[in-house]
Amino acid sequence: MNDLLFDFTLDKSKKTAFINREFDADLALVWDAFTKPEILDQWWAPKPWSSKTKVMNFEPGGRRFYAMVSPEGQERWSVQKYSSISPKTNFKFLNAFADENENPELPGSEWDLNFSEENGRTKVSVTIYNESLERMEKMIEMGFKEGFMMTLKSLESLLATLSKK
Amino acid sequence: MRRDIFQAIADPTRRAIITLIMLQAMTPNAIAEHFHSSRQAVSKHLRILTECELVKQQQQGREIYYSLEIEKMKEIDKWIDQFRKIWETRFNQLDKVLSTLKKQKK
Repeated sequence: MNDLLFDFTLDKSKKTAFINREFDADLALVWDAFTKPEILDQWWAPKPWSSKTKVMNFEPGGRRFYAMVSPEGQERWSVQKYSSISPKTNFKFLNAFADENENPELPGSEWDLNFSEENGRTKVSVTIYNESLERMEKMIEMGFKEGFMMTLKSLESLLATLSKK
Repeated sequence: MRRDIFQAIADPTRRAIITLIMLQAMTPNAIAEHFHSSRQAVSKHLRILTECELVKQQQQGREIYYSLEIEKMKEIDKWIDQFRKIWETRFNQLDKVLSTLKKQKK
């Protein structure tokens, strides 16, 4: 492991998640990784999911329309609408789940991302405000149910193999 | 009515009650002394906490003592941990992407 900062806190009374992370790369590169679809799609979805960006205009008032794709090919669409952008410093967007025709499911969550560089390392601070806690739970389910089910499946087949012996 | 632990901890008074009884089991009266709200209001909070199975009641003589269900509190921890893991995974993936990009630049 490395010594890069990572902290995650959830304040349920404020309905906000705070995530801080340091990266061993300069600011320009980290900024690109968060704002260019071809790079974003390489890391945004926790494996075994993958990320597929269909539309992305990174500008105030613009949007990213993308899907998290499950290993079975199931697509979960979301739309992120950029409300403000200060290059290499900060950007904000409203994130909402959507259907495949880009119809959002409101309310969404408000994201605020800050970037700063020190000694060649870049710190990213993310805050996510969720009007509804239920939605926050849904966000987690979407990322994890599939992965967890896969684990269970492989456990099942392992057990089946073992019991044959 | 179905209640869950997140409803239980959504309220600041209930969070304060949880903190109080974390240290020792207490009677409703003793709990109420710590709050400006009425004894009735505190009873209502205790009822919700009980329905969520976050606290349990124990009869001792004529008094009822409330104490915390530690196992149930762990559920909250587990839930937060899942969320944390998503970000951990995501950012570990980004580390790899960044290091590849850095090599390409050179």
